[in-house]
Amino acid sequence: MRTDAPVLSLRGVTKRFGGLVAVNDLDFDVAEHQVLGLIGPNGSGKSTTLNLISGAFPASSGTISLRGTPITHLAAQDITRRGISRTFQLVRLLPSMNVLENVKAGAVFGHRRRWGAEADSYAMQMLEQVGMARMAHAPIGQLTYIDTKRVELARVLASDPRLLLLDEWLAGLNPTELEEGIRLIKSLRDQGRTIILVEHVMDAIRSLCDHCVVMSSGAKIAEGTPEQALSDPEVIRAYLGDDDA
Amino acid sequence: MTLTGKDYKNISVVVILLALAACLPLVSGAYLLAIGVTIAMYTVLATSWALFSGPTHYISLATAAFFGVGTYTTGIGIEYLPYWVLPIIAGVLGAVMAALVGLATLRLSGVYFVIFTLGLAELVRQVITWFQNFSGQKGLYVLTEITEVHIYWQLVGLAAAVYLVGWLIGRSRLGFALRIIGDDEEVAAHSGINTSRAKVLLFMVSGSVAAIVGAMLAPRYIYIEPLLAFTPMLSFQVVIMALLGGTGRLWGPIVGVIPFTFLWEAISASFPNQTTLLLGVCFLIIVYLLPRGFVGLLDKIRSKINAAEAYS
Repeated sequence: MRTDAPVLSLRGVTKRFGGLVAVNDLDFDVAEHQVLGLIGPNGSGKSTTLNLISGAFPASSGTISLRGTPITHLAAQDITRRGISRTFQLVRLLPSMNVLENVKAGAVFGHRRRWGAEADSYAMQMLEQVGMARMAHAPIGQLTYIDTKRVELARVLASDPRLLLLDEWLAGLNPTELEEGIRLIKSLRDQGRTIILVEHVMDAIRSLCDHCVVMSSGAKIAEGTPEQALSDPEVIRAYLGDDDA
Repeated sequence: MTLTGKDYKNISVVVILLALAACLPLVSGAYLLAIGVTIAMYTVLATSWALFSGPTHYISLATAAFFGVGTYTTGIGIEYLPYWVLPIIAGVLGAVMAALVGLATLRLSGVYFVIFTLGLAELVRQVITWFQNFSGQKGLYVLTEITEVHIYWQLVGLAAAVYLVGWLIGRSRLGFALRIIGDDEEVAAHSGINTSRAKVLLFMVSGSVAAIVGAMLAPRYIYIEPLLAFTPMLSFQVVIMALLGGTGRLWGPIVGVIPFTFLWEAISASFPNQTTLLLGVCFLIIVYLLPRGFVGLLDKIRSKINAAEAYS
């Protein structure tokens, strides 16, 4: 396998909800070990794009491929098994289980499947990685907001994904938590993980992303390094209106 | 498979209790045995119902549909085949029917699934009634040598099998998958669980068991007709008993079945014309006062005691 083959590529991906075109003819590639930022104003179709990649619902047309193999029409569980795992914009944990069991869910059924003691110890490793090992046996109800986000991240990491989708993982954190959060994602980046970030926090985008895709009204309007993409007149117009462009 | 000391202890306790239960006919009179059969029947039905509905929170009202199919398997088959193959055939039929229904409906969630399963029992009943209009028969006679004691022992044996299966599922990936599905189906799918396969498999287990119970019970009724075999009351009673006991544990349903059977005996003896009304009232009271059943109550008390100890 060529090392420069993209991990994920989208070609002409379109999603219509009735008459509304939420994602319009989107093309982009994610290379191995790359952290790609998917940004744009509210309602520009970023989260819909993540949902299409993760299989939460099917694309209306176009192709999404994982290392050259089309995954456009696979169900969410099959996409996860092939190695794409995601977090949710509004954190989703399993309320009847404790922290460790939540993380085990990823380890048992994900891309690399583990069971028994192996799953437990792997889930524990993931908890250590996100700094939650001491809370392993706590019920979900006792967690603070950032801790729920960490547990969800650990669950996703436990499935050993080839590609990680983070849907506004830093949203809603206070300034101290934000610093911690950025540090955590940076550590994932340093491990060489391939990540797509949907994010609004500009500091995070500048410090974490190798590459940015900017969307507006469902279409890609710019692409490049964070500096290039964010200084593009088209992007400034989309965020701030004509006067400031 | 590794078993801990606690597992061995639990297994021994269950084996002893089942053995004691099997001795009931040796010491009891006819009336107590009749109640014993009813308790054993509802224990098997409610426990197997809870295997599926407990973790997934899908409330199935299809018990009567599977039970009725089992009853008719014996009713029709007894003329042509030896009795012992009939529960097996009923089990297979129940599983196939559950698979078909499951594939068609388990994509539905919540109230749609409940209504569909309720309609299913009615549908099968109407089909059989319609079929009988052609054949001119009104019902079927099931005349066998099988006595109440045989039925009781069969049901106790089946209960043992259901507990074993439930215990094995609880320790398996499938059991873990079902708990995740019950908590959040979206997360389950995005964790790599084939949610519809897991749900259909468990629905097949509970459908198959209900059909086997129907097949075993048919000789007790002697004369079976659609209204008796497919009575919706059965589905509701199974749900109430399982909820009264609690579906969070394997032993939960039986804790509901035993008191409810006696309560039901008392109600049907004292108010034979108001049974449905009183069933509804029981249902409301249970849901309001014990939303998680006796099991939930016990857990609550236990955690209170633990909390009190922690603070003392």
